Amino acid sequence: MKTQFVALRTPVIAMGVALAVTAVLLLLAGADVLAAFGVLLGGALTTPSRISDMLMLLAPLLLCAVGLTASFAAGQYNLGIEGQMTVGGVAAMWWLRGYQDGSPVILYWIGAVLCGMLMGAVWAMLVALLKRYMHVSEIFAGLGFNFVALGLALYLVFGPWKRPGVASMSGTEPLADALWLPTLTGTRLTLITPILAIVMLAIVWRLIRHTHWGLQVRACGLSALASVRMGVPATRRTFEAMALCGACAGMAGALQIIGVYHSLVPNVASGIGLMGLLVALLVRADVRWVALVAFFFAIITSGSIQLPLALSIDSSISGVLQGLIVLAIIVARARRGEDAA
Amino acid sequence: MHVSIQQLNKSFGPVRANQDITIAFAAGQIHGVLGENGAGKSTLMKLLSGVYKPDSGQIFINGTAVTLGTPRLAVQIGIGMVGQDPLDVPVFNVLENIACGLQMPNDAEVRQQIIHWSTTLGFPLHPDQRMRDLTVGQRQQVEIVRLLIAGSDVLILDEPTTGITAAQVDALFAALRTIVATGKTVLFVTHKLDEIVALCDTVTVLRAGQIVGTQLAMPISKETMLTAMFGEFATHAQVPAKPIPTADPRWQLSDTMLHDATFVLGPLNLSLPKGMIIGLAGLEGSGQRLFMQHLAGIARPDRGQIHFDGVPITRANPTAAWLPADRLHEGIIGAMSLREHVLLLRDSLLAPQQTAHEKAAQLIADYAIKATPDMPLQQLSGGNQQRAMLALIPESAQGILLEHPTRGLDAVSAMAIWQRLQVRRDNGATVLFFSADLSEVMQYSDAVLVFFGGHVSRLLAHDTLSEEALAALIGGVGFAEVSA
Repeated sequence: MKTQFVALRTPVIAMGVALAVTAVLLLLAGADVLAAFGVLLGGALTTPSRISDMLMLLAPLLLCAVGLTASFAAGQYNLGIEGQMTVGGVAAMWWLRGYQDGSPVILYWIGAVLCGMLMGAVWAMLVALLKRYMHVSEIFAGLGFNFVALGLALYLVFGPWKRPGVASMSGTEPLADALWLPTLTGTRLTLITPILAIVMLAIVWRLIRHTHWGLQVRACGLSALASVRMGVPATRRTFEAMALCGACAGMAGALQIIGVYHSLVPNVASGIGLMGLLVALLVRADVRWVALVAFFFAIITSGSIQLPLALSIDSSISGVLQGLIVLAIIVARARRGEDAA
Repeated sequence: MHVSIQQLNKSFGPVRANQDITIAFAAGQIHGVLGENGAGKSTLMKLLSGVYKPDSGQIFINGTAVTLGTPRLAVQIGIGMVGQDPLDVPVFNVLENIACGLQMPNDAEVRQQIIHWSTTLGFPLHPDQRMRDLTVGQRQQVEIVRLLIAGSDVLILDEPTTGITAAQVDALFAALRTIVATGKTVLFVTHKLDEIVALCDTVTVLRAGQIVGTQLAMPISKETMLTAMFGEFATHAQVPAKPIPTADPRWQLSDTMLHDATFVLGPLNLSLPKGMIIGLAGLEGSGQRLFMQHLAGIARPDRGQIHFDGVPITRANPTAAWLPADRLHEGIIGAMSLREHVLLLRDSLLAPQQTAHEKAAQLIADYAIKATPDMPLQQLSGGNQQRAMLALIPESAQGILLEHPTRGLDAVSAMAIWQRLQVRRDNGATVLFFSADLSEVMQYSDAVLVFFGGHVSRLLAHDTLSEEALAALIGGVGFAEVSA
């Protein structure tokens, strides 16, 4: 019981420190602090359309963060998450381009998501391969592959898949209307993405916390040497955890294509993967908190969009607050002598 | 500079790394500090060089009590230490590496000093060489020159001959003699007897955190030093030694060569029989760890094959369990509980219909582990962690390999561990272990393998060995006759 209390106390204190520092920054900028926090924390929940915008951010964010808890559990810092999301979008688009009027739409949706997951997993395995056999840190390999993925998307948008006539940063030719995922009336939100995110959360939670496979993955992450000594297939488990993370990211990328952008845009990931990393850094391999923290991040990010209009404050304050929270928690952990992440 | 130490104590948790150390090192001499790994040599040297702060006791320089708060302060006072692994900046050149920690007005002066000391000591160093192009021995030379330029009057060298060539060892010894001839003091830490004999003016032996006897003036015989290192050999009730069968061995090594980054062992031709406790004797770092890792299948031999129960070893095998000394790093997963460990090893530990919780509770009862099934193992004492590691060896394990099975344990825990191992032996398992405590090797082994100079002796039956004979073999005296 005591350890659980301590585990909860640290994030609460760190959150308080982060909010206090943000308040000081707002004061220095001459802003109305209470009003600003009101908008940041509540602004996303005021109207149905704002709630739906927040959920449109939350769903892919949750998918990425859930995947990252799996790679974190295996002790891997998968900074390649953005690239894995991007190639997921690319693979989905590749599948969808085969659509012709009258084909069964459901097949194309399922196929696009599966292609995205597969491609994301492959992209993550490349990182794991480089780490295992070439001794390249997964952090740098992942970052490198992010640029390769972005390059691939740009090449397709401006090259083979360009719009008839003129190529544009705004993306390829939009998908046929039939392929757009259905949205809730009056909003741009499709319910399928949040539902799939919750399904993946449940699956990954179950895998990591309640299966022998997950136990082995966590063992590798906690001590690779001791795991090998006890006969855990450490290389295989690490690859599988990375692939699972890549699949979640690829799914998020695919869903962004069919549910949000309706065409391949160069920046499929748009920083959602990196925000997922912040979430995963906070919860580490503990799947229990992922949904709550992702929800909180989605709220302040969405809420901050109203800041410039309502209070003439730049929306980047949400990024400042998120960064401060992560920093405060990492400092708190370091002071307790834990690993930073 | 005259260094003396009064009643120095340093503990790490329950481990008393240095106890009541009182000693003086006269200027102008090379002082050997000898002891097995874990004897407390490194702790003492780190206290002297400001890396650690003592719990109690005092250090005097030329009769004045000093506080050596940090390595930087120690260097200013005049004490410099060359670590086992030289710490430097690989992309810097020799000049930059030496100058960056000094408070000297200009590089020209540093350059001149480097050339001066390199010439005096006979080191082939050039100020413009890149550190990353240098060998370990040359980097050590840079470190010595750096400390001398910084004004050190006392140089501490911690196991300085590990990983450097024979020619560099000769150069190092000559340089150290030159250095003490100028009135400076050298403390030379090692576990190698030959180096003490070849180089030192005095020797101080540490064992289990304490100084054995007093500082001794050289020459001293190797046998005397070995006795000091390992303790007076208590006479034990004679264990009925088992005859050594050679047919149907548990492990069979044929023309096998083993190596790691710094060490080569072999060629080995050995048969290790079933149902026996075999002690690996030898100074620490003579290849015992390498040997065990290969027998456990964690590392592959360079040449030749190792058979376990007639089958070539190709990978880590739960029936040949390796228990490393570094329990929390290599042995168990500190953040996980005994129940989770049981689950990790469920294929070899769990009976049908048995839950991991039941099994963990049973192991806790059987092995008298002070824990609950769900307590993270890092919260357990060292003795209980060792019991847990032992408890996690499956009943089916026919080979058990232990590194320092009782290091850091109290006498009661140690006895309990050995009773368990003897039961395993009586059930047919082959138990291999090495220990820094030679009396432990003598007390519990049915047979002994001696490791010396990259070779392993043939299997020596316990009753053919006296403690004195074993001590001599460890030091290499008469080793050629028993070499396999």
